[in-house]
Amino acid sequence: MPRSKNWSVLAGFAAGLTVMTALSGSAFADTTTLTFLVPSGEENVARAQSLAKAFEAANPDIKVDIDTRPGGAEGDNLIKTRLATGEMSDIFQYNSGSLFQAINPQQNLVDLSGEPWQADVQDIFKKVVTAPDGTQRGAPIGTGMGGGIYYNKKIYSDLGLSIPKTWAEFMANNAKIKAAGKVAVIQTFKDTWTSQLFVLGDFYNVNAAEPDFATKFTGNQAKFATSPAALKGFEHQAEVFKDGYLNEDFGAATYDDGLRKLATGEGAHYPMLTFATGAIKTTYPEHLGDVGFFAMPGDDATKNGLTVWMPDGLYIAGSSEHADAAKKFVAFVASPAGCEAQTAALGVTGPYMVKGCALPTDVPPAVADLLPYFGENGAASPALEFVSPVKGPSLEQITVEVGSGIRPPADGAALYDEDVKKQAQQLGLPGW
Amino acid sequence: MTLATAASGGRVSVPKRSIRTPYPTWFFLPAAVIYAVLFLFPTLASLFFSMTRWTLFNWTFIGFDNFVQFFKEPFLVQGLVNTLIYAAVTSGLKVVLGLLFGMLLTSEIWARDYLRSVVFFPVLVSTVGVGITFTVLMHPTQGLINESLALIGLPGPGWLTNPRLALLSVALVDVWKGVGLATVIYIAGIVSIPRDYYEAARIDGADAVQRFWNITLPLARPATVTVVLLSLIGGLRSFDLIWSMTRGGPGFTSDVIASVIYKQYQAGFYGLSTAGNVVLFVMVALIIVPLSIALNRREVAR
Repeated sequence: MPRSKNWSVLAGFAAGLTVMTALSGSAFADTTTLTFLVPSGEENVARAQSLAKAFEAANPDIKVDIDTRPGGAEGDNLIKTRLATGEMSDIFQYNSGSLFQAINPQQNLVDLSGEPWQADVQDIFKKVVTAPDGTQRGAPIGTGMGGGIYYNKKIYSDLGLSIPKTWAEFMANNAKIKAAGKVAVIQTFKDTWTSQLFVLGDFYNVNAAEPDFATKFTGNQAKFATSPAALKGFEHQAEVFKDGYLNEDFGAATYDDGLRKLATGEGAHYPMLTFATGAIKTTYPEHLGDVGFFAMPGDDATKNGLTVWMPDGLYIAGSSEHADAAKKFVAFVASPAGCEAQTAALGVTGPYMVKGCALPTDVPPAVADLLPYFGENGAASPALEFVSPVKGPSLEQITVEVGSGIRPPADGAALYDEDVKKQAQQLGLPGW
Repeated sequence: MTLATAASGGRVSVPKRSIRTPYPTWFFLPAAVIYAVLFLFPTLASLFFSMTRWTLFNWTFIGFDNFVQFFKEPFLVQGLVNTLIYAAVTSGLKVVLGLLFGMLLTSEIWARDYLRSVVFFPVLVSTVGVGITFTVLMHPTQGLINESLALIGLPGPGWLTNPRLALLSVALVDVWKGVGLATVIYIAGIVSIPRDYYEAARIDGADAVQRFWNITLPLARPATVTVVLLSLIGGLRSFDLIWSMTRGGPGFTSDVIASVIYKQYQAGFYGLSTAGNVVLFVMVALIIVPLSIALNRREVAR
């Protein structure tokens, strides 16, 4: 009866497996494992690891597993798909502001408005993680950022240059830097998202010239192509290309290449968001002292100010089976202890959005340049994506074209106005 | 004409025969269910969803608005032109090179089997891997290609960053990757030509060029038809190589239909991208069906 023998072996094996699973189940029953999805990139991973380590030390029964995803439009797509299919990790880090609105927060994210730590979060951040129904769905992770221009301090002191307050002064500096045989403006169009700073970082100046631009833009009444102030960003982008100030490989260089060129003094200016300070600190710590930062120059030196980005939000997916443990982790990140863990990993990259988070006194120059804008008398305004839900998906390709001389700036602005229309319609905004 | 009538006459009797099939109906059910669930239903569903504005949870019916919007898409026309250029360049080069390689590798050449496998090897490599590798090789200042050109004093162009060259550079990589398959098809086609024809031609005093034009080329026609159809379809729906090398860039200059559609999907415009896929389906059908009929008819007529 070989057959029945086989069956009994199989049955015994299955029984053994069941016992083993039951055993292992009970052994780990009191440990919850949270999955945590962060954008790839040196600074995000280092921050997440440091937070997870500090949190696990305080909560031995909870384990945090970190996973990474691509940034930019590819990441947007991944987040939307995973949320829609209910496959999202328990906790994830993602943009606040208009991109937060585009992931349908009311339906997909856990409501965090009733959490005790909300009292310590700054109001300016709460606004950018508020769902249409008025509930807060996120906590701040990382620091407030500025969108402007990093510069190499060595090149500036060697050539005796001073910080430009107007676009004309900026271009004059560029001419001198080019004459000295250095790259004046670094551009890295292989990572297309890096190309948008001249346009997005100029919003402080747009807002100063036309204070109601954001409202009118949301209502389909103001356009980039027809507003002289808003068009300037596209024009500036075209100018630096036309005058030959870019690095030779601007079309093929990556974000990492850009940081290397800036930190090592190959190039003088790199338009970027200030989260790059964290990346420079981890990759080129010896050059951190050589890098400074200033706001996007506009027309009027007396009205110079900074376009500000809110930090990313930390969200709990509605599909999470460990919402309670996840809330504990989020509460930890939005506490002074969470700020400390972040500072330990990256140093200070900007102001935290949680009250009671102290900043050390010795900060790198790029941060020291940034902090005054956020201070009491600072001149700062949030970027357009935090005051309007409308953000077109193709801006990065358009700015690459304008910045490579493929398309004239006015054309690019008009094209972006078209692009924005689709997003407004998908969101179902009135007036489109 | 007589052949066509005969064929259609034969076709009339087919339904009759299929009723008296030797197999019971349930025998076809598994295949029919799989076909319906995996192919028929998605096709019909995509037709429906192309007329809505949808997320994965809900949808609003908006009629043909998506198609109107898609055809207003500023990059669509350029994407269409690029798709046609890409398909024509890749399939043209694959035919010419495939035929030449096929002839070379059917001749009495040293290490023939080894050379045959070498030319086929790129077909087996992952497309994305090929794309990433060539992106590195084609870097304008540090890429191996331009550094080699610099050694002999030639200034290399920005293969993937020059808007005029980007699409052609990707097409050339596609040819490098795909020519092995065309070669194999041609080898099979050329080997199946009876040697007697060549002998007869040689006795009649035909030289190599004449033998090629009058024997190899016409008799390898079935192989040519297969290569043209396969590479044209591949070129029209090509996406992975372009996306891994340029992402349609710089800007929009190397966008093809498939990458335009993908970007709409990526941006969360699901209805719009579904409409784009329906358009792509119709377009491929409009090009391939008449072409296939024309190519096959000539074969029958001969």
